[in-house]
Amino acid sequence: MKLFEYEAKAIFKRYDIPTPNGGLATNPTQARDIAIEINTPVAVKAQVLVAGRAKAGGILFANSPEEAEKAAEKLLGMKIKSVKVQGVWVEEKVSAKKELYFSVAVDRSTRCYVAVASSEGGVDIEEVAVKAPEKIVKVSIDPVYGFRAHNARQVAKKLGYSGAQMLELASIFVKHYQMTVENDAELAEMNPLIEKPDGKFVAADTRIIVDDNALYRHPEFKKRPFEEVELTQQELEAQKSGLAYVKLDGDIGIIGNGAGLVMATLDVIQLYGGSPANFLDVGGGASADMMAVALNIVLSDPHVKVVFVNILGGITRCDEVANGILEARRKVGFTKPMVIRLVGTNEEEGRHVLTDAGIHVLDSMEEAAKKTVEVAKAGGK
Amino acid sequence: MKLGIFVDKGTKAVVWGITGTQGSFHTKLMLEYGTKIVAGVTPGKGGREIQGVPVYDTVEEAMKKHDANASIIFVPAPFAADAAFEALEAELKTIVIITEHIPIRDAIQVMNRARQQGAVVVGPNTPGILTTDECKLGIMPAHVFKRGVVGIASRSGTLTYEIATGLTVRGLGQSTCIGLGGDPIVGLSFVDMLQEFERDEQTQAVALIGEIGGNFEELAAEFVSTEGYSKPIIAFVAGRMAPLGKRMGHAGAIIMGKTGTAASKIEAFEKAGVKVAEKPSDVARLLAEKLGRQHI
Repeated sequence: MKLFEYEAKAIFKRYDIPTPNGGLATNPTQARDIAIEINTPVAVKAQVLVAGRAKAGGILFANSPEEAEKAAEKLLGMKIKSVKVQGVWVEEKVSAKKELYFSVAVDRSTRCYVAVASSEGGVDIEEVAVKAPEKIVKVSIDPVYGFRAHNARQVAKKLGYSGAQMLELASIFVKHYQMTVENDAELAEMNPLIEKPDGKFVAADTRIIVDDNALYRHPEFKKRPFEEVELTQQELEAQKSGLAYVKLDGDIGIIGNGAGLVMATLDVIQLYGGSPANFLDVGGGASADMMAVALNIVLSDPHVKVVFVNILGGITRCDEVANGILEARRKVGFTKPMVIRLVGTNEEEGRHVLTDAGIHVLDSMEEAAKKTVEVAKAGGK
Repeated sequence: MKLGIFVDKGTKAVVWGITGTQGSFHTKLMLEYGTKIVAGVTPGKGGREIQGVPVYDTVEEAMKKHDANASIIFVPAPFAADAAFEALEAELKTIVIITEHIPIRDAIQVMNRARQQGAVVVGPNTPGILTTDECKLGIMPAHVFKRGVVGIASRSGTLTYEIATGLTVRGLGQSTCIGLGGDPIVGLSFVDMLQEFERDEQTQAVALIGEIGGNFEELAAEFVSTEGYSKPIIAFVAGRMAPLGKRMGHAGAIIMGKTGTAASKIEAFEKAGVKVAEKPSDVARLLAEKLGRQHI
């Protein structure tokens, strides 16, 4: 789950990491009031989760509360990469002597956290890593040992700081690591982390991505005044039933059991010239009920011309799946054609149930995929 | 006789969550396969028997009465890491974590503790590990496997059964089949498994079944090109169609920024001289060709 900048900044603040003074506004009047309270020139920043906000004109500067109000009005009416701006963060404008980068993230290949720092902040860090790898400091962190003060001092040193500045930076880095771990973040980033003309540091822009699987430990992230993405009817239904569903652009509805098998099914459909309308994994041990729910979701997408059900029964029983298909047909009375591939546990029983009901069943995934694409090309007939 | 990888006839396992629906059902299936399950642990439910296996409140009690060297964990995500730590404390050397949706922070702690203790973690979010005719420590349907020569390492469950079925039909069979797990943080990588399969006498060829997300496939390709490999390898990568930034069922199957695409993985394998199958059924066909066997 990606947090908005205003949510991330609140967490940084809680960990005593300096951030610019600011507040969230969902209308221009609020923005003006915040600017009055801050009483310095401000930055007005669109609260969106998509990347490339600054380039898209999502950050404006204002020298007076009136200007802040106008800036907020402009931003709150615009779309950034087709996302409507629903809130702005109004904060004290900070001047920079130098822009740094610091983040702590999960490193899948080492199964550790990794701290990344650079004296080249405020830009895309991946580009810095390619163009000037010598400007990147990377430290792998053993979570059992942690990221300790001396580790942080070494990083600050490598960024070119010493004395009191080194100590202050190190203290920010240690708190940043604690914050990352305690909030179950996959990534927490300060970019830029600004060195002000007076030599103090402030996290001017911050980003946090929280591990979805840990959200049950963080009820605080559920309370938001606005959401960026509104789920489609299909996505909502899938979420409610605990099914993994992803909407795609094509016209062939796909249902399968197991994420890898469903991904491979999409690939094979594409290989034969078809275009999948969705990804839907009914999961292991899918029951007749679950199968019926899955079919309802896929068939409610008006773009779908044909549905391909690809089931390899292991723990999942083919007879359950077959009954689910019939149940869905009774309930919704669907008219769109279906191609069914059903093999594995209780294959014979499943096949009987369906052929008795006049539904043809195939046993090769690739033959079935070919057949599905033919049906879609014939316009779902 | 060379024994199986991580599990074999000498494996004696403790099941965490044996009293739950999944734990009890799969304990039965594992026993039927011939796996030795010596005890179960479910806090608060000690003293009973499930599928003829005695249940204990703590592993400490179980270890006083039984000899064990492996474990399999079925408990729900919020409690799974604690179960893994309990297994590590009991010095069990192979730990299979079936549970899905374990928080990354917990998984990272488990992996690092296991590494320090020299224990092997399979998963989380894995179908487990199976060495044909020796031991099944997992939930895979046994009937698709047959004693044979291909080692399988995979990031997916059902896709593995699909490909294993193809190998069985062609008479190649499998030596050891391992699910690395569908989560972002898992205990074993393709490189780890390539090393195991290289040493394993039963394994004559290797199937690597990857998917989008992370860089295990790229690292495997790099390993093959720098270290060389004596056995034929065929790879498959699922998710050529996957859009950016969307999780495709598995928590670990996600393209972040520019990393983790199927294209990048396929390119890396091909550069390293590892053939990538276009369709799941091509894996068995290509391996049969490499091993010089005719279709049966």
